[in-house]
Amino acid sequence: MSALVSIRNLHFSRGDRAIFNGVDLDIPRGKITAIMGPSGTGKTTLLKLIAGQLVPDRGEITVDGQRIDQLSTKELYALRTRMGMLFQSGALLTDLSVYENVAYPLREHTGLPESMIRKLILMKLEAVGLRGARNLMPAELSGGMARRVAMARAIALDPMMILYDEPFTGQDPISMGVLVDLIRRLNDAAHLTSVMVSHDVPESMSIADYVCVISGGKIIEKGSPGQLRASNNPWTHQFIHAESDGPVPFHIGAPSKEVDFLGIDE
Amino acid sequence: MNWFASIGRRGINVLRNLGRALLLLMAILRAPHGLVTRFREFLAQLYSVGVLSLLIISVSGVFVGMVLGLQGYYILSRFAAESTLGVFIAASLVRELGPVVTALLFAGRAGSALTAEIGLMKATEQLSALEMMAVNPVSRLLVPRFFAGVVSVPLLAAMFNALGVLGGYFVGVGLMDVDTGTFWAQMQSQVDFDKDIINGVIKSVVFGVICTWIALFQGYEAVPTSEGISRATTRTVVHSSLAVLGMDFVLTALMFGD
Ligand SMILES: Nc1ncnc2c1ncn2[C@@H]1O[C@H](COP(=O)(O)OP(=O)(O)O)[C@@H](O)[C@H]1O
Ligand SMILES: [Mg+2]
Repeated sequence: MSALVSIRNLHFSRGDRAIFNGVDLDIPRGKITAIMGPSGTGKTTLLKLIAGQLVPDRGEITVDGQRIDQLSTKELYALRTRMGMLFQSGALLTDLSVYENVAYPLREHTGLPESMIRKLILMKLEAVGLRGARNLMPAELSGGMARRVAMARAIALDPMMILYDEPFTGQDPISMGVLVDLIRRLNDAAHLTSVMVSHDVPESMSIADYVCVISGGKIIEKGSPGQLRASNNPWTHQFIHAESDGPVPFHIGAPSKEVDFLGIDE
Repeated sequence: MNWFASIGRRGINVLRNLGRALLLLMAILRAPHGLVTRFREFLAQLYSVGVLSLLIISVSGVFVGMVLGLQGYYILSRFAAESTLGVFIAASLVRELGPVVTALLFAGRAGSALTAEIGLMKATEQLSALEMMAVNPVSRLLVPRFFAGVVSVPLLAAMFNALGVLGGYFVGVGLMDVDTGTFWAQMQSQVDFDKDIINGVIKSVVFGVICTWIALFQGYEAVPTSEGISRATTRTVVHSSLAVLGMDFVLTALMFGD
């Protein structure tokens, strides 16, 4: 079975700063792929590249057989109706209720009658356990609930793939557990392909089928969670076992202590 | 050589921003069907951009008219020309003060709010979320707001003018004993429909486009942080005010230069 997303020799920079420097990655269908790396390495950027919100400087990104950077706006929008994306903050439309947020993609893209839309919304909200919250406004939701509503919205059009941006960040242990469980369940029940970008190592490792670690614009290592735990690449080891010192130093480059503390010049 | 390079860089930046602003305006104007499909959103924006600005515009209109009545009376009575007070007030309002002051107030009251709203939607990833739902944020968000602003400003200016004339009447006729008949008769015979009223309306439509365009552009391009949004909001007010005053000079020169 071919990969749903395949990335070849991806180069992307912001200003003078290279964010990706030759990345190759295949995301298999029907699986949960976790892409991990420290903050600021460009994980969100990678999701936006896959979704066609950003265009690579060089290299190619293929989603379900289509070169995403060569699509017309119309084709891109058509492809996006088959992808869901869960943003870090949930990104619910703040002027609409929970119900209307989930209804939004259905109203925009299907001509379904209101009775059908209602059933679909209630089903999607049921799937994330928030059927009872339908009349709340986004401002009244906790962070974890907002993310679950955003999930219901992301699966409203029954997409082939969901992209999750840091789904666990800033969650308490209970809602973290709920989200972990939900991502797995949605993936398996709806035959989705899930791509999850995260720096929360234990949670990501616990549900991913496939893990890929990026840093400094390159893929450091990829494989199953078991393979990565056993990795003897020192960088991967430090990241996965959350050690404070290693190839990534605890002290970032600074003048010598004599200069800083004692005021001795050179 | 350094300052030379920095002037160059600034120049390029200004040009680039102008280009981006023009592209955004074209994208808005190319999607006016968004106005039909989002008619309810348009009405909602007409309310928040236009109706909610009514109070400040009305109050300002009355005060500006009253000041015109006082100053006009002091000066005109020196030449025993109080009878022309009505013309003086109406012409000043319709030609200049109505469109200009309305636009300045609009930029402060509604433009800054538009910038903050769009900028915050950008910072909370709502714009990206719309794009990911295959909804074009320009036609969903910017088109209804743009046309709401463009429709509102001339109507607000008309309100400003009407209340300004009443304020001037109150001072001139009520307090200073100018004759009511001459006040209105002179105004009616000397204020020209084509030259004064139409030109005033054209001005305020142009100012409406400028203010709303700048506000939406600043919000859409804001750096998505709280500091970025606060700077974008300030820029909206500053740029709108300067653009309105500069454009007013150009339009006045074109319209009234016989
Ligand atoms: N709109 C932008 N303009 C300029 N630089 C950006 C922008 N968005 C992100 N960056 C930079 O790109 C880098 C990668 O960002 P991001 O993909 O958000 O990282 P991550 O999600 O891994 O924390 C960061 O250093 C960030 O400062
Ligand atoms: Mg991120």
